[in-house]
Amino acid sequence: MIKVDITADRFDAGVELAPLYELSGGAVASFVGIARADNAIVALELEHYPAMTAAALNMLVADAQSRWALIGCVVIHRVGRINVGEEIVLVGTASLHRAEALAACAFIIDRLKTDAPFWKKEIHADGRDEWVEAKSSDVDAGDRWK
Amino acid sequence: MQLVYFAKVRETIGVANEAIAPVDTICSIADMIDWLSQKSPEYAAAFADRSKLRFALDQVMATANTPIAHAKELAIFPPVTGG
Repeated sequence: MIKVDITADRFDAGVELAPLYELSGGAVASFVGIARADNAIVALELEHYPAMTAAALNMLVADAQSRWALIGCVVIHRVGRINVGEEIVLVGTASLHRAEALAACAFIIDRLKTDAPFWKKEIHADGRDEWVEAKSSDVDAGDRWK
Repeated sequence: MQLVYFAKVRETIGVANEAIAPVDTICSIADMIDWLSQKSPEYAAAFADRSKLRFALDQVMATANTPIAHAKELAIFPPVTGG
């Protein structure tokens, strides 16, 4: 069971992960990324490359499946305005045992941050905005899986 | 071919996408960046720091050396920051 979704709407991680529980595995690992209040911002604006984004996420999932024995995977990424404290991204992986689910989950979120065409802009209370710069620590995190 | 721009690149240039007719001297993505940089100060500014540019050719990540060949769409954007 594979689900990849790009949406402007809020989602409930519990609801989205529940289908993974029913796959007869013993392990579901998940990561939820939240819009953090860096620099006293009020929201993030997420831009993406619509023609490429789903394909890039599906490729990451396929890559994870080739490395670990996954029985299910859910990747949901929001776009548009995301207020501080709201969810940005969910990665859920299901496997027979925890090690594979945990490793695959870490792999997908690390590589999503360097390979998937999303861009974040920080929105301040006074309306000012600023593009977020890519972090070298994210590149290092993505590289450790190569 | 169709050119598409995202995030800071899009804002600096001032357009999201445009079609350009083939140019004989353009073989690689780097050649395209050189050519576009001559068009106006906005393009020159958007492409001034090449280390902060990333590319996708027909929706697949590419590098500056990648030949454009018969690709239909070239996307130019800053390093990604999703997740």
